[in-house]
Amino acid sequence: MNSQPMPAKTTEAINISELDHHFATEVDRRSHADLKRCYQCRTCGNGCPFVEAMDYPPYGVIRLVQFGMRQKALECATIWVCVSCHTCSSQCPNSIDIAAIMDTLRSMALEERAVIGNKEILAFHLEVLHSIERYGRTHKLGIMLRHKLLTGQWFKDVDVGLRMLTKRKLDLVASKVRAMDEINRLFLPYWRVKPR
Amino acid sequence: MNPEESLKFSYYPGCSVATTAAESNYSLMQVCRLLGLDLQELEDWNCCGSSSAYSVDPELGFNLSARNLSLAPGDRPLLVMCPRCLHHLRHTHLEMQQDPRKRRAQERRWGRPISPDLEIVHFLEALIRFGLDRLKKGAARNLNGLKFVPYYGCTLFRPPALRRQKYYQAEVENILTALGGVAVTRTYNQRCCGSFLSAVKPELVTSLVNDIIGSAVAAGADCLVTTCAMCQLNLEVRCTAAKRLPIFHFSEILALALGAKDCQGWFIRHLVNPRPLLKDRGLLGPPRLGQVP
Repeated sequence: MNSQPMPAKTTEAINISELDHHFATEVDRRSHADLKRCYQCRTCGNGCPFVEAMDYPPYGVIRLVQFGMRQKALECATIWVCVSCHTCSSQCPNSIDIAAIMDTLRSMALEERAVIGNKEILAFHLEVLHSIERYGRTHKLGIMLRHKLLTGQWFKDVDVGLRMLTKRKLDLVASKVRAMDEINRLFLPYWRVKPR
Repeated sequence: MNPEESLKFSYYPGCSVATTAAESNYSLMQVCRLLGLDLQELEDWNCCGSSSAYSVDPELGFNLSARNLSLAPGDRPLLVMCPRCLHHLRHTHLEMQQDPRKRRAQERRWGRPISPDLEIVHFLEALIRFGLDRLKKGAARNLNGLKFVPYYGCTLFRPPALRRQKYYQAEVENILTALGGVAVTRTYNQRCCGSFLSAVKPELVTSLVNDIIGSAVAAGADCLVTTCAMCQLNLEVRCTAAKRLPIFHFSEILALALGAKDCQGWFIRHLVNPRPLLKDRGLLGPPRLGQVP
């Protein structure tokens, strides 16, 4: 069974003057999740399949937001570990879209250049985006190889990669969108796009 | 709409179905050929944005999905195989439906119309429209009591943003039971497979996958049938349990029941060989007469 992590440093004092009183409203407005409805029943933490790998359980992150503890919320690992499987929201008695809160916090963390709570997961996402930028589609072999190059873990998972290769599950050549100019435009500010 | 027209779809395969899970694409094509569904692949489709674009830059994800929608003809529903792609495309479309300004902005961006009434459906929806009775009539063989876990994973009916949309709970078992299979449902059949964490945190995903497969073994299942290409892959590559079960794409089992001939070519692409099980159940080789459900 999953064991829920205890919220980190429960005894730590909260400095009221450092709280961001607009944070919850801001997250609410961007995520449309209505997180003020959360009354900390902790159901989300019980259901989450990934809670072991998180530093705060989902309700802990919501509490940080409710309290206005901006930096802690944006720098935690939980927001990166969440895969949006929606187990939490399907069990939440107040039907709060918890994954949408995580999405919003991730975007805010990147915008504000907060310390990233799990760099490896972000690195993986960036590899996927790199592939989309280059081909318009994801090229699994390229993503895996570049991810290995960046993390330096060449020997982790070699067996899985080889088995997938022998079963021809990893295409050597990437499938590519033909109208790549349409894809390129999405990765540039509009004023960088070459005029017709 | 006459019944013939209702069987025409445009088709969005998505990156996984087109590559790593090509066997699910091949088997889908067989099913459509055998049932007479007319599928037209979207011309020059792109990635829906996958989890990564929505994690890092939701606007980029929205734009990527909107481009795909701008490629879809408005006169026929868009059929999607991958639950995650379905979720992203539908969510994007819903946002454009609710805010016509967003839709018009995307139409101007791509220089192509986007139909506000476009229907975006899962493959299961196409089968429901086709009708269970007609499906049974088209079956070439009985699944001979093959005990399967209908494994849905998480995305096909949980996204809260699509709360008021169609869900397909229990449709896999409805269809395969009608074709002679036996559904084993008291398992972790709606647990998340670990999604992209499979690439970054394999240990974590392994324990989830072992739980899921362990529950299927304990319930006496022969195999798992998934509707999601990523689940299929994670369940196959991340299982370290001593007893592994074959993991089928739903379209494979359906094509098998409908009498597709090139099944062997798909099954050799599996990491857990499903052929001994199918042979044992008499499901390989040409269907024998008198076996029809």
